Amino acid sequence: MAGSTPVVSQQYNYAVIRKFAIMALLWGLFGMSVGVYIASELAWPWLNFDIPYITFGRFRPVHTTSVIFGFGGNALFATSYYVVQRTCQARLPSDFLASFTFYGWNAGLLLGVISYMSGITQGREYAEFEWPIDIAITVVWVAYFWLYLGTLRRRSQPHIYVANWFFMAFILATALLHIFNNLAVPTGLFSMKSYSLFSGVQDAMTQWWYGHNAVGFFLTAAFLGMMYYFVPKQAGRPVYSYRLSIIHFWALIFLYMWVGTHHLHWTAIPDWTSTLAATFSILLLMPSWGGMINGIMTLSGAWDKLRSDPIMLFLITSLSFYGMSTFEGPLMALKSVNALSHYTDWTIGHVHSGALGWVAMVSFGSFYHMIPRLYDTKLYSQKLVYAHFFLAVIGILLYIIAMWVSGIGQGIMLRAFDDFGNLQYTFVESVAFMHWPLVFRALGGALFVTGVVIMAVNIFMTIAQAKREAAAIEAKIAAKMAGAAA
Amino acid sequence: MIKHESIETNVGLLIILSLVAMGIGGLVEIVPLFYINDTIEKVEGVRPYTPLELRGRDIYIREGCYTCHSQMVRPFRDEDLRYGHYSLAAESQYDHPFQWGSKRTGPDLARVGKKYSNEWHVQHLIAPRSVVPESIMPNYPWLLENELHYADITERMRALKKTGVPYAESPAEHAANVEKFGEAVANQLNINDAEKNLLRAAEADNFDGNPARLSEMDAMVAYLQMLGTLVDFNQYDEGYFAEFR
Repeated sequence: MAGSTPVVSQQYNYAVIRKFAIMALLWGLFGMSVGVYIASELAWPWLNFDIPYITFGRFRPVHTTSVIFGFGGNALFATSYYVVQRTCQARLPSDFLASFTFYGWNAGLLLGVISYMSGITQGREYAEFEWPIDIAITVVWVAYFWLYLGTLRRRSQPHIYVANWFFMAFILATALLHIFNNLAVPTGLFSMKSYSLFSGVQDAMTQWWYGHNAVGFFLTAAFLGMMYYFVPKQAGRPVYSYRLSIIHFWALIFLYMWVGTHHLHWTAIPDWTSTLAATFSILLLMPSWGGMINGIMTLSGAWDKLRSDPIMLFLITSLSFYGMSTFEGPLMALKSVNALSHYTDWTIGHVHSGALGWVAMVSFGSFYHMIPRLYDTKLYSQKLVYAHFFLAVIGILLYIIAMWVSGIGQGIMLRAFDDFGNLQYTFVESVAFMHWPLVFRALGGALFVTGVVIMAVNIFMTIAQAKREAAAIEAKIAAKMAGAAA
Repeated sequence: MIKHESIETNVGLLIILSLVAMGIGGLVEIVPLFYINDTIEKVEGVRPYTPLELRGRDIYIREGCYTCHSQMVRPFRDEDLRYGHYSLAAESQYDHPFQWGSKRTGPDLARVGKKYSNEWHVQHLIAPRSVVPESIMPNYPWLLENELHYADITERMRALKKTGVPYAESPAEHAANVEKFGEAVANQLNINDAEKNLLRAAEADNFDGNPARLSEMDAMVAYLQMLGTLVDFNQYDEGYFAEFR
């Protein structure tokens, strides 16, 4: 396949990237709205409406899958195809396979989301897809790997650009994690029910090796790949330190794989695994901050862009949130802190400072840079980008602070003893306490979604404008031709 | 000494070295758990789920209960007072998948069994706020309305058997279970009698309060009522479990 010559005249396959980018936005809108809805269910439980399909337990995986694999996944397909083609100056080796990854990925997600609502789930966080969908996704992923490898092999430069190392590590790690964490025995050839191959301790270990590295590779390494292309491009400056990128790449992909067990501190997992994970979590701070510093310092000498360029604002803010959440993460991975934070909303807040602050913000910035170039036009409105930016930042801050209050508050309440040595609060008293933080969290989420709606309008108008411009040029050419003929 | 440039210019080398770097952590932490004997405590009483409990557990997973309830009591004083003895690895050795959870929007359920009556559970699942006014749990009225589907119970047990759960199909396997778990438990683990056992258990305890119907509620409550009840902690002194940690 890699050797066949493309019959299409265009230099790069932009058609598939446009599709992925639009689907990323649609999944983002859907998944984040579901997020706001389930957040509201926690504040006002009547919103469950006694409808099985939208109760919190079934709807929460719809949210996580839609935002991680729908929004995040489609954004990564779009940007990785864009980056690999442009940095290699080579077209994806097969248009058919590229389309296959688009339809396969999105059909798989859609089936998954419908199946969760119907109660079909493996009951493993972020890996809820039942076995037939898992197999379909594996096939799509192999095609993705093949396309990526094929493009790298056709590169016209001897060097493989650093962004591609991160994307490649993400593709490999995701395959590894997906396959081993989804080993299961179905109850029948035509049944949508399976039981995981491992049980108890081993199953927990495998699941959180998967779970944390879904964060480490899907939501971090891959988005660092995005960062390594779009930050220097938008800043118009080279990456700050090439050496730093080498060190932090290898350190990051090596260290991440050790830390999953920090999700299992104080459980029935053997202490030695837990201690290893805590230790490596602290070490992980260094490559994480290496990446953050490399990204932010790329702007050195061009800091004024933060005043004039809202896209730069998105990218640099995303790196700041990345730095913050990769500091908070090791802190929470300490056993003593984890004893309080685990099982509370603090974890949820931490995830969202990474997912909204880092992953979503860097994607928004990259999309604002990439989409006008895909359509050969200018962005419709800079003002709307500013509006989006401020809504997003205020939304995230409201969200994180609300979750600190509710998480740390609940953690303290549950371990409080009265003067007589009895438990001071019942569990449900901590639930009652969390009502207002949960309301503010839903509000923070709603602000964030409003920002995405504004982005969608801006992108829609940009694409419409591109179509008008193309039509105008064609009309001009046609008029000239007609004039020449006369 | 190889220069980094040779990796940057060779995709194959980049892929292989990345896989090596990423492989080590998982190998070191996961593989030994299958081989170190002390990983799972040696303790009496833990057994696989009976057919009715198994169906209840499947419904627990279907409804996504794990998104709000953990099943893992940690070794802290407050949790000991609130929930009971900390959870042992042995207690989830037949859990495919494990349901330790990651978030307590509601309380831990690892030891909820026998703490409340069947009637309380039914009422609480239909309308949680009718018994706990501050609760934010959704209502689950359909558990009582839906008839329990159990036609594929043998397929479910057979699949679990393939993963290593000691459900018995041949007389030899049954005999081994009698040896290991005693006659009464072994009979429950016999795949050939699964349907009979399921119906008998539902009839005997009538978990949902309606003897005329076998509802999903029967299975769900049967499951909840056995959680954390299998090990008799009075048999062991504290030092015993510490040896395994």
